[in-house]
Amino acid sequence: MSDVEKSAYRRDARRGIDDECLQSGLQKIQNRFGKGAMHYWAETADDGLRDRVKKSRMETLENLDVVLSMLADNIEAAGGHVYYARTAEDAVDYCRRVAVKNEVKSVVKGKSMTSAEIGLDAVLEAEGMEVTETDLGEFIIQLGEDRPSHIIAPCIHLDRQRIGRLFQEKLDIPYSEEPPELTQAARRALRKILLEADMGITGCNFAVAETGKISLVSNEGNIRMSTTMPRIHLALMGIERVAATMSDHQGMLQLLTRGAALQKLSTYVSFVGGPRQPGDPDGPEEFHLVMIDNGRSRILADEEFREVLACIRCGACLNICPVYGKIGGHAYNSPYPGPIGAVVSPLLFGINRYADLCKGESLCGACLDVCPVRIDLPRMLLALRRKLAYGDPAWQTTRHKWLEAMGFRLWRTLIASGPAYRLALRCAGLLQKPFISKSGMIKKMAGPASAWTRDRDLPPLASEPFSRRWKKKYSQAAKATSSEVDNG
Amino acid sequence: MHTKVTLFVQCLVDSIYPRVGEAMVEVFRRLKVPLEYPADQTCCGQPAFNAGYAKEARAAARRFVRIFESAEAIVCPSGSCVHMVRHHYPELFADESIDYRMRVKAVGNRCYEFSEYLTDVLGVVNIGASFPAKVSYHDSCHLLRGLGIGEQPRTLLRHVEGLQLVEMDDSDVCCGFGGTFSVNYPEISTAMVDDKIDNIVATGADYVTGCDVSCLMNIEGRLSRRNTKVKVVHIAEILASRAGHNDE
Repeated sequence: MSDVEKSAYRRDARRGIDDECLQSGLQKIQNRFGKGAMHYWAETADDGLRDRVKKSRMETLENLDVVLSMLADNIEAAGGHVYYARTAEDAVDYCRRVAVKNEVKSVVKGKSMTSAEIGLDAVLEAEGMEVTETDLGEFIIQLGEDRPSHIIAPCIHLDRQRIGRLFQEKLDIPYSEEPPELTQAARRALRKILLEADMGITGCNFAVAETGKISLVSNEGNIRMSTTMPRIHLALMGIERVAATMSDHQGMLQLLTRGAALQKLSTYVSFVGGPRQPGDPDGPEEFHLVMIDNGRSRILADEEFREVLACIRCGACLNICPVYGKIGGHAYNSPYPGPIGAVVSPLLFGINRYADLCKGESLCGACLDVCPVRIDLPRMLLALRRKLAYGDPAWQTTRHKWLEAMGFRLWRTLIASGPAYRLALRCAGLLQKPFISKSGMIKKMAGPASAWTRDRDLPPLASEPFSRRWKKKYSQAAKATSSEVDNG
Repeated sequence: MHTKVTLFVQCLVDSIYPRVGEAMVEVFRRLKVPLEYPADQTCCGQPAFNAGYAKEARAAARRFVRIFESAEAIVCPSGSCVHMVRHHYPELFADESIDYRMRVKAVGNRCYEFSEYLTDVLGVVNIGASFPAKVSYHDSCHLLRGLGIGEQPRTLLRHVEGLQLVEMDDSDVCCGFGGTFSVNYPEISTAMVDDKIDNIVATGADYVTGCDVSCLMNIEGRLSRRNTKVKVVHIAEILASRAGHNDE
């Protein structure tokens, strides 16, 4: 088995790199939204907004128990149900029980990454329920039995031709590649389902503890229908996705729509929560909010990683990351792709299992710059790598690569002594000789170094390193002032 | 009289690109800056640090602090190494005594990237260099985003006689090196450096330059494999060039 086959990340990354359709989609979204967000932050009048929101996010996280209990009290006071699910299984089981008890036949969904995280759809379908995504992108993904590849734009890996063919086949309509026609076709198909659904399941952009409402952001109007027309509305939220007050929420919302799509405000922002009240023209008979922990309280308890829970899931980091921009979302094999996924997926689902995500970035720092709430993802990637380097029982993490660990131990011995280091360089200089080509570059190396020369040449070690050149050419001239350090 | 500069010649410059170190020496000599070179220096620890091997990196860092502590100004022809010393050393020693942490911080504060030292500390923008060619500049990640250095090298380049600075698209996008990343995930790294090279070639430049030999080595390696004619040169080499002196 080759190295690439051993690593799903590398295998799927290679697939992504070779997929022209994906490459063109990624380029478009990065050129427009990634650069656009950077530009916006540079030009924005309210320079302090990002820091203020970050501060309020961290304060909320530090008092999360209090804030969540306020949220629960307010939702229950309005007649809604709140369920705290410790694990994914627990959350799925609660949703299933609610659906079964209400004899639900048809479920419509608003875009929700947490539903993918807990694996909800398959369980409902196994109960004989029909589950339909109503977000256009997610609807396309569902029709194609595909996986989302971006947090905000789930089908960025498809072009309109592919979508046209998919619609032709699955919706039984004449082929078209015109976006308005395709959107109309989806709308017709979805409207019928939306009108008949018994249950709407959505995510939760943010919950507001003060008001007991959750806010949902959309540009298509599907959220309003999914949350008001079916008898039951069930919302899934990660426990961290809460604002203490409406004023906190305002800043988060501003940054979310800016970070995600350079919008001042999304087309729709729905505040929902609780069953229909007397006099309300519409609304569900029952409202359930499922607060999902599933590993989040462990992240919360670890100061090194707590910051990642401040994420507002805008996807800006995906739009700027040069690694994501080449490999696309599928390679991350997680509902959470991109730089944020590279930190959150290992923390939620296992650091060893997602070791490639911890190590498969170049640490360029663009994600930190673009993040509306300045989450230091590179710092946390390094922290994850440290766990893989040494193992950490607190995170059930074991040493990832023994050979690499041995290599760095050897490196430590060499760099600890000037003479040893220089001797090693000299030996390597001799060993490299047969590999140097006529052009003066090394075109092929053996062992782990062969990964470098797979696609690149390597300039050889110089016959005389700087240290020796200095000694020969310059040290005399500098001697008068350098003797004390030269001998150090 | 200028402050004495202690040369921090990062390991890749020492072993693969010694001419970059010599170019830096040449520039400082021309500016009559007294120099010293602690012969015992090896590596700042960045490769281990970025791969997660903090203990090994700490050993390297402790050694670096000991060797360079007495220096008045430490100058290095590599942004990422300076970033390591200035920003990551304090993290590495967060559990140490306050006294040691202060010492580490002080070393970091006296550690400068080469182009930064010339422009921001010495206040020099024109070294009297001559380099008649079309040159494009690559912003390396830790230099630009970590240290905020982007204008300084460009200013220096603009003052080089005969040099035409042509900006590439996405000069601030990572070249795909990333230390062990480049050998652990070569297909991703190559896809990234290919974009970089396409952008360089599109400028019609004769040379690509930058302030980090690690990025330049990555770019050079791929340029060479693709048989592209663009040449790679560190900014120190450009600044050391003079009319009629075509060194290397």
